[in-house]
Amino acid sequence: MKAIRSCLTRRVALRGGALSLAAPAILSRAAWAQDAPIRIGFPTPLTGPYGAEAKDQVRCAEIAVAQFNASGGLKGRKAELLVRDDKLSPGEAATRTLELIEKDHVDCIVGSLSSSVQLAVNEITKARGMLYVSISQSDTITEASDFARTTFHEALNPHMTAGAVARHVFKPGMRVAILLADYAYGQEMAAGFRRAATAIGGIDIVLELKHPVGASDYSTFLPQIRASKADVVCICNFGRDQANSIKQAVDFGIKRQAKIVVPVLLYNQRLASSPDVFEGVVGGSNYYWEIENQFPSARSFNDAYRAAYSGALPSDYGAYGYSGVRLILDAMRRAGGVSADAVIHELDGAHYDTCKGPEIMRACDHQAIQSVLILQSKAKSNMKNDADLFDIVAIDAGAEANLRSCADLGHKS
Amino acid sequence: MELDLILAQLFTGVALGAVFVLMSVGLSVIFGMLGIVNFAHGAFYMIGAYVGIFVLTLTGSFWIALALTPILVGVFGLFVERILVRPLYGRGPDYPLLLTFGLAYALVELVRVVFGSDGVPFDTPELLAGGFDLGDLGYYPAYRLFVIAFTVLILLVLWVVIERTRFGLIVRAGARDPRILSVLGIDVARVWLLAFGIGTGLAALAGLLAAPMRSVNPEMGVAVLVEAFVVTVIGGMGSLLGGAIAGMAVGIVVSLTSLWMPQMATMSMFALMTLVLIIRPQGLFGRDDLAR
Repeated sequence: MKAIRSCLTRRVALRGGALSLAAPAILSRAAWAQDAPIRIGFPTPLTGPYGAEAKDQVRCAEIAVAQFNASGGLKGRKAELLVRDDKLSPGEAATRTLELIEKDHVDCIVGSLSSSVQLAVNEITKARGMLYVSISQSDTITEASDFARTTFHEALNPHMTAGAVARHVFKPGMRVAILLADYAYGQEMAAGFRRAATAIGGIDIVLELKHPVGASDYSTFLPQIRASKADVVCICNFGRDQANSIKQAVDFGIKRQAKIVVPVLLYNQRLASSPDVFEGVVGGSNYYWEIENQFPSARSFNDAYRAAYSGALPSDYGAYGYSGVRLILDAMRRAGGVSADAVIHELDGAHYDTCKGPEIMRACDHQAIQSVLILQSKAKSNMKNDADLFDIVAIDAGAEANLRSCADLGHKS
Repeated sequence: MELDLILAQLFTGVALGAVFVLMSVGLSVIFGMLGIVNFAHGAFYMIGAYVGIFVLTLTGSFWIALALTPILVGVFGLFVERILVRPLYGRGPDYPLLLTFGLAYALVELVRVVFGSDGVPFDTPELLAGGFDLGDLGYYPAYRLFVIAFTVLILLVLWVVIERTRFGLIVRAGARDPRILSVLGIDVARVWLLAFGIGTGLAALAGLLAAPMRSVNPEMGVAVLVEAFVVTVIGGMGSLLGGAIAGMAVGIVVSLTSLWMPQMATMSMFALMTLVLIIRPQGLFGRDDLAR
């Protein structure tokens, strides 16, 4: 008994000593926070099938940080990017995000590519009141059930891209077939096309075919598409599924009878495939470098990227990395600090232009109202160089009417 | 109308079946001869596509790539057997299984490091571009018809080698009872070495042939490994004829499922496998002693 007591007192003494030693450190930490760098946590799937997209997001995010620092930072306070590999897994992303918040004491989180990762990160940031800018092209995050006042969705969503593409391609009297990947992304995109078809009117959706995600062979889906005698075939899938399914559809002669349309025409998938396969395919996009001829902000972004990466050009997903980081850093600068309340106040309803012309951050659901580019993949003979992949056939200007309404998403106002 | 569609699906299914057969034959050879469950099959398949691209860029000819790739990757397979697999013989089936499992990860990562995680474009060879209008069966790409013909050729050559040559006789004997074979004065180790090399070469050949139909990327072998296992298990481990029939059966089942329950297309092959395993645990043409 006595031994225990003496042991306890020694422990208490030790603990007290440790505390008194730590006290100066705690004090100096508070002072240090004034000019410590602004830390941005950036979870992104560096390994796995979207590694290429993720790496370009990091390259672009670095540019946004470098520009912010070069122009004086936040009253001299510099920013830094803490990149973490989320491996495209919601669990991994949640762990990394938690670590970024608790251990690295970040001031905000920007990133995520897949819909499920976005939701996992959002759960964490929402519970901790942490600022989060999502750059995943999914609908769910802005709905009232998952909404957080600290979360902002800078990316396009399925309703916007599919809607814009449909408004451009669908004409009354057309027969439309939809091939979709059987999971959230494919279903959201297909729903976007259906809603747009109803709004346009006179469109006959003759076939809706679900394929398993990651299918390696699409030949067995093509006889039905051929038999449907559709004028337009909408292919709603992502990443390699997109390149694979388009390639096989073209091999099997679908292009001879119908126009192939995708909700999001992916820069990297086009690069990984050949111009002959994608020739004439129409799709939506958040960014294509050629808009620099219309928007000065795009030109300065491209120029910075060219300068930093030996003349290369940013990809569509890369541009999200830039716009996401730029959005939050600019808001912090305007707010004069990094406190969540001040930044939210700046961003609610904000008009801004990061790299693609004017955007508005809608106050009710924190969805960025922005343009959708309608791109058509070029024939090999029309390409001036390796980066000359698409024609910009139209720019569907950002408008609140193109978004699902606040009430539709379950918000009060 | 509906009947036309069913016919078209059947035809597509048989054609897809040939592709399945092609993809599983390398796996089947290695299991049949050596009893090794080769989890690196998908990786060898992927390496085949990348080596093919390398040779193609170097020579500009798809046909030279087609001839050289299986040989180059086959030689690589010889080294894998000699250095990595051979020390594990006689230690039970899980040792080579775990080894090839790890090897597959290493190879995929290596390709990611060298070629990047993006895919690489691979155009259909010019001679086989385009397709044929097959009336009610629809438009069919010429290249796929070539792949089907080529698969039949590979199977014929394999059958002749295994059933009609002295080497084949030794290989078959080795699969039955390696100890008696070595007592008869035959270097069993060398036979196994060659069989492993042939199996790897066949996997690479399948990868190269698949490249113009599917996209080329470091993970392209993952799905193929699974498909090849399903076909091999249904056909009976180590049976060439079984593999061919199982490939066709899987192709047809996948195709008809695509017509009636498209989202279940991938799952249907597992359902078929389950069904076969319940009725015949050794597979359609498998030997009882291998199923154990």
